[in-house]
Amino acid sequence: MAAYIIRRIIYTIITLFVVSIISFVIIQLPPGDATSIRLQVLQTAGVQVTQEQVDQLKEDFGLNKPIYQQYFIWMKNMFHGNFGESFYYGVDVSTLLKNRAPNSLLLAFLTIIITYCVAIPGGIISSVKQRSAIDYTISLGSFLGISIPGFLVAIVIMFISFRFFGVSMGGFYSAEFKQAAWSSAKFVDLLKHIWPPVLVLSFASFAFTIRILRASMLDELRKPYVQVARSKGLVESKIILKYPTRVALNPVISTLGYILPTVIGAEMIVGYVMDLPTLGPVLLTGALSQDMFVVGAIVMILSALTIIGTLVSDLLLAFTDPRIRYQ
Amino acid sequence: MKNLDKKIKKKHRQIEDLSYGRLIYIQFKKHKAALVGLVVLIILYLLAIFAPFVSPYDPQRRLKVPYMPPQTIHFFDKEGDFHIRPFVYGYTEEMDMETFRKKYVIDEEKKYPLYFFVKGDSYKLFNIIKSDIHLFGVKGEDAVFLPFGSTKLGQCLFSQTIFGSRISLTIGLIGVFIIMVIGVSLGGISGYFGGKLDNVIQRTIEIIRSIPMIPLWMALAAALPVNWPQFRLFMAVVVIMSLFGWTTLARVIRGKFISLREEDFIMAAKVSGSSEFNIIIRHMVPNFIGYILVDMTLSIPAMIIGETSLSFLGLGLRSPTISWGVLLRNAQGFQNLSFYPWLLIPGAFVVMSVICFNIVGDGLRDAFDPYGVTGR
Repeated sequence: MAAYIIRRIIYTIITLFVVSIISFVIIQLPPGDATSIRLQVLQTAGVQVTQEQVDQLKEDFGLNKPIYQQYFIWMKNMFHGNFGESFYYGVDVSTLLKNRAPNSLLLAFLTIIITYCVAIPGGIISSVKQRSAIDYTISLGSFLGISIPGFLVAIVIMFISFRFFGVSMGGFYSAEFKQAAWSSAKFVDLLKHIWPPVLVLSFASFAFTIRILRASMLDELRKPYVQVARSKGLVESKIILKYPTRVALNPVISTLGYILPTVIGAEMIVGYVMDLPTLGPVLLTGALSQDMFVVGAIVMILSALTIIGTLVSDLLLAFTDPRIRYQ
Repeated sequence: MKNLDKKIKKKHRQIEDLSYGRLIYIQFKKHKAALVGLVVLIILYLLAIFAPFVSPYDPQRRLKVPYMPPQTIHFFDKEGDFHIRPFVYGYTEEMDMETFRKKYVIDEEKKYPLYFFVKGDSYKLFNIIKSDIHLFGVKGEDAVFLPFGSTKLGQCLFSQTIFGSRISLTIGLIGVFIIMVIGVSLGGISGYFGGKLDNVIQRTIEIIRSIPMIPLWMALAAALPVNWPQFRLFMAVVVIMSLFGWTTLARVIRGKFISLREEDFIMAAKVSGSSEFNIIIRHMVPNFIGYILVDMTLSIPAMIIGETSLSFLGLGLRSPTISWGVLLRNAQGFQNLSFYPWLLIPGAFVVMSVICFNIVGDGLRDAFDPYGVTGR
């Protein structure tokens, strides 16, 4: 077990290192270096820039140094919580993301919980009642979930709620709670606003989970041990929940590593469409204005979150399924 | 009893005698939903190929009717008389005194009959055949026929959707081709040679799979220079999306190579002095060509959704290039949408094509497993 954990942690560190290189490359990608864009912004704002200031900026960004040293400077700053400065917003990237990153995380967390709460019973029912009306309904629903892009679902839900209920959805809080301190009323308000994006995001991921669970349940249900349990006269619900379900859940847990990046990625677009205070809208404005420090920081943060999340799910899986530990 | 026995034997022999390709064909035909999906896809691609002929207007032409709602085709006029030639009603513009928006009201006095092969905007089919004949339309100077309504600039949304399918449907095909080349070669190398190379490729796959794709796509698309010509931008978007999409295929191919490597017939080929290249192409690839085809069919939807999402966000293709994603940009802002809900129609095309590719992929997967009993 210890060897497995250590191996997994080493892989995670290597992955994080590669991701940090990718993020750094992204920052460097657009033509022109960081200072030239900054200067352009300053000049269009009508600020006179002296040669001294230009040199100072270059010094700040470490642009006089070779590229690998720039990378290490960027890394060092990141460990100190300094992700560079946003040209578009004119503030530190870290202040920009400080309030939004937890919201993204909350949304992803709730989405995954809801996904499993719906998908696990759904997958079990669908497999136990194979080829029944309910199985076909669930299968059709999961098929649509895979086929319809998330942002389209978001648009349609917002459109329907606006057209037929007169409610304009979007955001996390009503206007009167936006600046308010935390209270139970604010929490209730949050719950009122957070379910539509959670629903939109889980729509695609429970489709995927149900399909996997259904397939592995169908494999398990045909195995002889189920028949043995049945011939012993065990209650059917007990047979299903105690034996095949526990085995069939393992592949589902291992898909967490796949669902997490998908949900976080989908959240970028849905967050923009539904105007949520998450990382999505910031990433988009950053990308559209080539504000590469923001973009690079968000790619880095999101990847780090998913990679660590995947590590946790792998360790959980090793905990529940001994076969993995001894591979 | 004897008769039945004979029948079963006959049927059994039939299956045994048939070629692999024939068996796949028979299995696929059994999957009715997949057949329907295939037919719909063929129609969509035909529409895309003959877009200038099928669409009643040039997609960029600005008619003088911005935000006009879709016109419905009628066979019965207001007196209840049946007309063999269908017609549409004209609209008169009015000002809605509550919202101060221009409103179109059906004018039952203006009837425009629909005709086939109408003269209209001139175009060049495949860049060679010059013509101005359109499949259907209305005649007359101020008459318009807009089956999907019009956009803010008064462009015919139907024509735009049909033209948009050219980009949106080919992006999947080109992307999947790139995925196939990378996936098969890396998966093949990984599985056939094994060892250190295999380890490196597998770790790379794990890393790629743990990164959320959409932010990465957005970041890479953001770095594309704004002043690039349309075609180069299109190719860049395809490359960005296929750059990381090959991992599933590579894994499957690797698994196949590993299991086939140990088979007796490969050993026999080796002993008889067949070259490695020959072994791979002649003896191994035919064994998993089906999996490649299935995986490719199931990868196309992801590419279509990816292009649509990026263009919708303004990061992928940009107007004047027409794709479904670019068209859906019109549908941003749900208040706007509540006045002009038909702007969502290109989205229905996205969903339709994605569903069809998924169903056909499922059908192919069942069909390529003709000896198996999976799910049956």
